[in-house]
Order: sequence, then structure tokens, then C-alpha cells
Amino acid sequence: MSSRSEVQSSLSTTGDIDRSDVKDVNTGAKAKGGLYAAREKIFPKRVQGTFRRLKWIIMAVTLAIYYITPWLRWDRGPNAPDQAVLLDMLHRRFYFFFIEIWPQEFYFVAGLLVMAGVGLFLVTSVVGRAWCGYSCPQTVWTDLFIAVESFFEGDRNARMKLDAAPYGLRKIGLRLAKHITWLVIAVATGGAWIFYFADAPTLLKSFVTGEAPFVAYGTVGVLTATTYIFGGLMREQVCIYMCPWPRIQAAMLDEDSLVVTYNAWRGEPRSRGMKKSKAEGLVSGDCVDCNACVAVCPTGIDIRHGQQMECITCALCIDACDDIMSKLGRQKGLIDYSTLRDYNHNMALVSSDGGQTIEPARIRDANGGFIAGVRHFDWHVILRPRTFIYVGLWSLVGLGMLFALLTRDHLRVNVLHDRNPMAIKMSDGSIRNGFTVKLLNMQPDARSVTLSIDGLAGAEMTVAGVEGKQGRSIDVPLQPDKLETLHVFVTVSPQLMKAGKNEFRFVASDFRVGSTAKYEASFETEGLSQ
Amino acid sequence: MTNRNEIDKISGVETTGHDWDGIKELNNPLPRWWILTFYATIAFSIGYMVVYPSWPTPGGGTKGLWGWSSRHDIQTVMDDVAKGRADVEKKISSSDINAIMASPELKAFAVSAGGSAFKVHCAACHGAGAQGAVGYPNLNDDDWLWGGKPEQIVATIAHGVRSPTDSATHTSQMPAFGRDGVLDDQKIAAVTQYVLKLAKLDHDEAKATAGAQIFTDNCAACHGANGEGNQDMGAPRLSDQIWLYKGTAEAITAQVTNPRHGVMPAWEPQLGPDKVKELAAYVISLGGSK
Repeated sequence: MSSRSEVQSSLSTTGDIDRSDVKDVNTGAKAKGGLYAAREKIFPKRVQGTFRRLKWIIMAVTLAIYYITPWLRWDRGPNAPDQAVLLDMLHRRFYFFFIEIWPQEFYFVAGLLVMAGVGLFLVTSVVGRAWCGYSCPQTVWTDLFIAVESFFEGDRNARMKLDAAPYGLRKIGLRLAKHITWLVIAVATGGAWIFYFADAPTLLKSFVTGEAPFVAYGTVGVLTATTYIFGGLMREQVCIYMCPWPRIQAAMLDEDSLVVTYNAWRGEPRSRGMKKSKAEGLVSGDCVDCNACVAVCPTGIDIRHGQQMECITCALCIDACDDIMSKLGRQKGLIDYSTLRDYNHNMALVSSDGGQTIEPARIRDANGGFIAGVRHFDWHVILRPRTFIYVGLWSLVGLGMLFALLTRDHLRVNVLHDRNPMAIKMSDGSIRNGFTVKLLNMQPDARSVTLSIDGLAGAEMTVAGVEGKQGRSIDVPLQPDKLETLHVFVTVSPQLMKAGKNEFRFVASDFRVGSTAKYEASFETEGLSQ
Repeated sequence: MTNRNEIDKISGVETTGHDWDGIKELNNPLPRWWILTFYATIAFSIGYMVVYPSWPTPGGGTKGLWGWSSRHDIQTVMDDVAKGRADVEKKISSSDINAIMASPELKAFAVSAGGSAFKVHCAACHGAGAQGAVGYPNLNDDDWLWGGKPEQIVATIAHGVRSPTDSATHTSQMPAFGRDGVLDDQKIAAVTQYVLKLAKLDHDEAKATAGAQIFTDNCAACHGANGEGNQDMGAPRLSDQIWLYKGTAEAITAQVTNPRHGVMPAWEPQLGPDKVKELAAYVISLGGSK
């Protein structure tokens, strides 16, 4: 609300329906001559209904996942952390329940991001900006902060009154209570984040006793500030001015996407006072212009203007309107999830001039119900080629990753040929090549691995620093969950091979568990010095 | 200019009053917090200029109130590095080369430090990979003029070869058999073929047979009866496949006629005994040491 006078007379009546004196914040000449405009305060009204219930559930689930996950334990034996989800930056390991990922397996994360992207396309093409309306952290925390606000300060009208009132003992007390609660939530939010990066109980203890590293306090500080500012103070400003997604969404929607829609074909023309308009013989639709949809909107817009960038499709206006419609004894769904195709179809039924004049009677049967030709919400609309392609792509990436994850070996070998020099002639005329062999033991147990040469007849291996171990294979003890680097010299008599490149393989085997890793290497005779 | 507060009919938004051939600019105002944030960044940048070095001046630049400098930062980091190394460097100082190579911790440090020093002090002659060149020994292989045992490598690096500044340097001289007229061309040709035979290279059997006695009389004292060499006097082993000055008849003839002698500086006076040990550790890690 922009002016105080509006606040004072925020209610008038339309028969038995309260009419909110509220104006949407995103239309009209709001600049008043200036190039910059102050934020218009929004006081979303409480609402009950299907979608409000769904949003409470999603809020509870997402917040619970966020706050509780770092505290879940998962036993991995004595050589690995027992935190179920842990991003161990120091040791460069990522733990997710039974999965352990090394840095070079980051493509799994890339795959997850691809899945998240395709998933977002899928959800958007089916139900529009459901991410924005239900599960975006900005939405979830803003919702929580508004709930806190209305717990202390009351519903819309009480909050507006309080906001307009001069600062007194009561106002200061309520404001303090609200802001302190917001800050507590913000600290808990910032605090929960750091537990994903270190052992949660240990970190909590050192955090409280002041022994945690500076980066922990810094992170909590920054996230506390952003949570408090974005959720408490900026709210819809983040969605409208800071987030790129509202701009991108237009490219994602098509005419079969279910979006929150004001069904103008049954709502128009609006009437304020049914009895009066009936008495005057005026044509009137179902919308009684009570502005309930505007009053509950957390971004302060009027859904009756159609799809808008500011609309996060939280569907609270559906709940608000359904409530009014049932009070009036009319069908619910004046505001509803609907597709543009259905909307246009129904619009053509009631209007002969492209929506300029609407005759709602044309879709009514004798009993006041809808005629058969009217299209209503039908979930089958989600079954269309576009959604199948997205589901297919999503599953393909997911199954591919799952396959890679389940079949990956926990023993790997990487080999790097010495470059300078490539080959060395020894005093007996044999030729030696040097290799840096890296053995990756990707499981949290110590094990002994046999490194051997496959191919390259007559070759002998020497490992720098390991006395007396000569031959075609050597045993290498590996530490749990560690990388072992060996410098291996391979020596071959020139009579036993061709000049140039000789292909062979390094094979690392753990016979105990039957796991084997191979690396295609080559032995060079060219580039001999002298 | 048209009317500044005119409301556009289609969008319901007022115009800025700017009008280009009938095209009017709508005024969709930016949020006030946006411009305030922008002013805040300007204020921050002024504060930044005051406390940090920012403006170039003829003398270098403004220093800033906090006196921060990147040179000071790097010095702090380097001091920390030096402090972190102090312990292991002390151990290297008090250990001999065999003890260093036996300790994984000291070995890893010494090989790494020696590798860096090698690139600076040794690579010019021996090559970046210690692969050598004609006249400059390859340090990767298992053939050593002055001995390939760890302590022998340390001694060679420390005192050099034919270094004029070090009394403990390796020194030896092969007679110039041709130049000084000890052997005539025919004998030199014969002994050359015999040396090729010792190394199992292609040779003229008749000349080699003739050269055997010449070798025994003139060369065996240093190079050994079968050309096995003598590391005490830096006499190369002639029966192997590695040649400092190439293993061809021409090169061997040239060496017998008028020998070349390699020179290496004594490094201990320049680098100190610890760095010499680290260099030796690197050379040993190349795999040819015995």
C-alpha cells in the first residue's frame, strides 16, 4: 500500500463478501515523475485451502531436509567419516550415503546439474513456475518469515494498522519480537549450511566454543545476513529484480502449460453487488471484484491481469478465490490452473469479438451449470511429446549415471610417461622408460595390489625407492581411501621389440576381491639421448 | 519534449517525456534500493582508494592508509614456507645422503628441492631432464665416470671435475697419443677398432686384433685390461654402450689423438653442503645410481 489514507479505509462490503481495498503494486504510473521508486509495502493476507496446505507441507519437508541432513550418520568403517552427506573440501571427497565421489568423478555432479536443468524444463512446461511458487528457497523462507510476521503482528489489516501507527511500546515490542525471531531463523539457516562441509557435531562444538575456523563464522555471517535481508526485508524484490528465472520462464511455457489463470470467460464482467446489478438488469460474471486474490498475493499483484513476470505461481489466489466462490455458492475454479489453449477455447465460447465483450450466460445451462463445451482442468494435458522427451532425457541421464555409479571400480590406475627424456640407453644396451604410476584405492580399507606389465616381452620393472623388487610384477600396499604414486622404470632389451612405439598395459589387480584396473601405456625407443 | 507525465495508453505506464519521432520512452522506475546500493558501492570504492594503494603517481603510487602491499604478503607467505621447512632442512643438514634416501620424508623433500636447484644450476649443461648431450654425461643412465654410489655422487657435485678452484676436485688427464706422437695414425686406427670390438660394435677384425696389444700397452693401465674403466681416475668404461663423445670410429680416433676433458664447477662453495645433498638426491632419484 502506498498511502496511509487507503489503509484507514481498507474495508468496504459487497453484500456478504468483504472487499479488500487493495491495489496491485506492478501496474500504473507508480513513478510519480521519478526514475526510482520506493518499494511498496505488501501485507499478504492469511489464506486457507488446498494449495496453502500443500505449501505448508513442502515448506516443512524442504526445511527439514535442509536442517536435519548434516546430522544423519552413515557408518563407513574406521577410515572414513560417518556423516551421511559430507562435502569434505580439505580431503577432496564428497560423501552421499553409500556413494563416495573423488574430485575426478565430478562429472556425477555435472550429471546431477543436467538432470536438475531438464527437470526444471519438464516442471515448467507442465505446471509453469512451480519451482518459484513452492520450492525455491527464496519462496520457502519468505513464506516462513511472513508466517512469523503474522504470528506476532496479526493478519493483513492488523499489520497495516501497526505499520501506520506511531512507534509506541507495543509496536516496538512486536517489531523486536519479529526481527529477533527472523534473526534466529537466519542464524540457524546460515549455521546449518556449514555442517555440510565438516563433521556436524564436532563443528557445532568448536563453533559454540569459538574455536571454529574463521571461514565458518564468515559463512554463517554472510548467510545469516542474506537470509534475514532476502526473506524478511526484500522478499518479492529478489524475485522481481534480482532473479533471472522470471525472464527465462517465458521461453519455457507453451499453450499447454498449466499456469495459474484468472478465467475471465466466466468472471467478466465483474460486479460489485450481485443484487444491485441483477436488479439493474446488468450482465455480470462470477467475479465479485472482492480483491481477495490481490490481498493474499505475496508479490502484491493482480492475477486478473493475466500472466505476469511478478507472478511466482504460488496459487494462493486460487485458495482465496475458491473460498469466496464457495461462500457465494458458485463453482470453484474462477482462478485455477489452466492452459492457454483451454482458456482461449472457453473465451471463444463467450465472446464473439475476441474478448472485448463477454457474455457469461452463453456457457451456462438451464440449471446454472456449465455447458458441455466448456473445457475444465484435465491432467491428461501433461501427456504430450514435449514432456515425454523431457522425461526421456531426464531418465536417460539418470540411468546412465546410475549405471556408471554401480559399475565403477574402486581401484584405478593412471600412468604418465616421463617426457624428458622419453627413453634412456643403459650401459648394457637395454632401453629404459620411466613412468609415473598412480594407484587409486577408492575404498576406505587398506589393501595390497599387484602392479604388473601385460605385454612387452622381456620387460622388467624397477620401482624407485623399493629395493630388490624387480620383475614383471610387484606388490604395492595401498592406504585406505588414498592415492599412491610410484615412479616405475621399465627396462627392455632392444632386440626384443620393434623400434618406435611398443604398446603394453599396466595392470593393477586386487586378487582378494577380484578387481582389476588397466592402463594402455606405450614404451618408446625413439628420442634416445646421445 | 512532450508532456512529462503522460500515461501511455497501452501499458498504463507514464513516459519520461523523451520523444523520438513519435516513439516515447516509458518510465518503468528502478527500485530505490537499487540506486542506493549503487551509491553504496561508490562510497565503498572511495574508502577502498583511501585505505589501499590505488592511484599511480610519478614516484610509484599512493600507499593507502593501511599500508598493504602484495610484496609484504608474498614475504609473509615465504617466511611461513621457510618456517615450515626449517625442521626438515635441519634434519637434512645433519644426515648423510644414505640416511636421507632411507627416510621417505627427507627423500621426498630432498628430491623435490634438488629438482628445483637442478633446473637452475645444472640444466644448462646436463639438460632439463638430466639427459645430457655429447660431452655432458646423461645422469639418468647407470654409467658413471666418477662413481654412481650416493656418496660418490655427493662428492662429485661438491668438488666438481677438474675444477680450478677446489683442491679436492676430481682430476685426471688422458695422454694425447696422436698429438704428442706416442702412437702413429696406423696404430691409432688399430686401437680404435679394438675399442669398438670391446663395446661389441661393428669393427674391422684384422685391425682390432692388431690393436689388442697396443691397447694393453697404452690404455689398459687406466681403462682396464678389458676396457672396464676405472672410476677412481674417471677413466670411462669402454666395454659398454654409453659414449660421452659418441661411439663411432671417428669420435674414438679423435679422442685418442687429442682427448677432450670435461670440466664441472665445484658446487659446495656456492650452494653449501645441504643443497649439494639435495641435488644428489635428485640425481639418485633418476634411477641410474648404484
